[in-house]
Amino acid sequence: MLGNAYIAVAAIGMSMVIVSGNIDISVGSLIGVLATISGTLAVAGVPIILVWLTPLVVGILVMMLQGAVIAYLRIPAIVVTLGMLSILKGGLISVTGGRWITDLPQSFHLADIELFGILPMPVLIMVAATILAALWMRYSASGRAIYATGGNAEAARLCGVSPRRTVVMVFALHGLFAGIAALLFATQLKVIQSTVPPNLELTVITAAVVGGVSILGGVGTVVGSTLAAVLIAEIASALVFINVSPYWIHAVQGALILVTVVADILRRRRRQVGG
Amino acid sequence: MAVLAPEVRSAAPRWLIRHETLLAAILVVALAILGLFNERFLTIDNLLNQGRLMTEVGLLALPMTFIIITGGIDLSVGSIVGLCAIMLGYSWKNLGFPLPLAIAFAIGVGGVAGFVNGLLITRVRVPPLIMTIATLALYRGLAEGISQARSVRNYPEWFFFTGQGEWLGVPVQLWILLVGIIMAGIALDRTTFGRTLYAIGNNETAARFSGLPVDRVKLVVYTLSGLAAGLSAWVLVSRVTTTRSDMGSGYELDVIAAVVLGGTSIFGGVGTIWGTVVGLVMIQLLKNGLALTGVKGDATIIVIGAVLIASTLIASSLHGRREVAG
Repeated sequence: MLGNAYIAVAAIGMSMVIVSGNIDISVGSLIGVLATISGTLAVAGVPIILVWLTPLVVGILVMMLQGAVIAYLRIPAIVVTLGMLSILKGGLISVTGGRWITDLPQSFHLADIELFGILPMPVLIMVAATILAALWMRYSASGRAIYATGGNAEAARLCGVSPRRTVVMVFALHGLFAGIAALLFATQLKVIQSTVPPNLELTVITAAVVGGVSILGGVGTVVGSTLAAVLIAEIASALVFINVSPYWIHAVQGALILVTVVADILRRRRRQVGG
Repeated sequence: MAVLAPEVRSAAPRWLIRHETLLAAILVVALAILGLFNERFLTIDNLLNQGRLMTEVGLLALPMTFIIITGGIDLSVGSIVGLCAIMLGYSWKNLGFPLPLAIAFAIGVGGVAGFVNGLLITRVRVPPLIMTIATLALYRGLAEGISQARSVRNYPEWFFFTGQGEWLGVPVQLWILLVGIIMAGIALDRTTFGRTLYAIGNNETAARFSGLPVDRVKLVVYTLSGLAAGLSAWVLVSRVTTTRSDMGSGYELDVIAAVVLGGTSIFGGVGTIWGTVVGLVMIQLLKNGLALTGVKGDATIIVIGAVLIASTLIASSLHGRREVAG
């Protein structure tokens, strides 16, 4: 669970994006870039507070830019984020050459910090982020606006919610969570490989979708997505325990998304038929 | 009745301001510039070799044009290429299939993979984007699981003809691509099937009420996409002489970029095979030109990503955005 807290945190932002009726497949690359940035800063001896803040700020900016292009220029999210995915991925590899970042300072390792001697920092951050995001989405006006936008953008607009501004806000928050996820990812090992973690965006989308976020928009909670992220991590380690080769993990993930989505659609259809 | 919108905004003939014509003009200019900067660029050898490298993505771009015209998308094509490549190697090496049968089997697996996409998209109404993200993971996962990340080599010499051989001085796979382009072009432009694709993309509900076989046509295009991925896998394995489970990963970017750059609207209803071919050639030459000027492979995907976003932006501002009601 400790090693997968970053997936749960990234899945919170992804849930918001999907609830708002969009998708983002650039998040895996962004996490790779942000982790590399924070690691590089840490090694360069930059004050630790800046090391922790920079990925958050950069994450918010990159995602806000994407959100603005999607909302105001009306380019589909899939095109924008697919383009961004390759820009970030190509950029990272051509700048760093996929080097390993080593000699990270001791203060950098969030995972070593434990609260009350038992609760490791990443788990604490995961739980806190989930609770805060869940309360915010459930009870605040701007949180409800996400559901309204995803459910029916036109109706939302007529109710005085700005779907465009909501989408930009959702992507900004998604960037913040991606920044936090990148920090958790960067600080869990003693080294950082400055490449994009393969298929990370798929794992994050799986967690969000399996956690009960309807891919049709307008429905879903972040508590569900966090539980799903933990579940996916458990499945991955269970595969190892029952002697199934870890090479099957992506097949299991794909099957999980598929089964959940189909079940979701069939359930909705039955409800509609029933009146 | 609404009056037809007058087309008087520009004095230029309509064909001149068409996306494909513009693109072809840009292509000629780009060719000239690249040719000026590097004498190795505008040689027959180099251009034919680029055609060879273009085929694997090109075969996928043809059915992808169909799919995007219907308003759908297929993100799983790269993974199907990987799965088919593995099935080719696995069925030959581990199941003892004769190689020709293994090739047919691999293409068949591609067809089934595409058919499954199409079936769930039409029967269960899973949105194409989500369906193919799921199978992007699933098919790649199957390729990794079945192969256990082991590669297959030592194919017999005749197998390499498709990927490395020549016929009449032109790479063999370029002939395959050419036949594919002509067939796809005729199908899109001159058949009921092709016109149905536009009808679906413009207004699916209207197409349905007009009695068009919407679901069957969609099922066919996704299956075609899978079959093309199988074909592409065969050409790819034959060209690089080995089979690995990560084959074809990231192809979806090149394919979608070529189609969108070629003027096919990502919103559906608009697009041509000729546009896709020009888009395809542009992307390949861009890659080649960058490589010749010393840019590494990883940096070229930055350019392709930027081209994808920019061409969508330009297309949507050229053709006027679809205004949301109100």
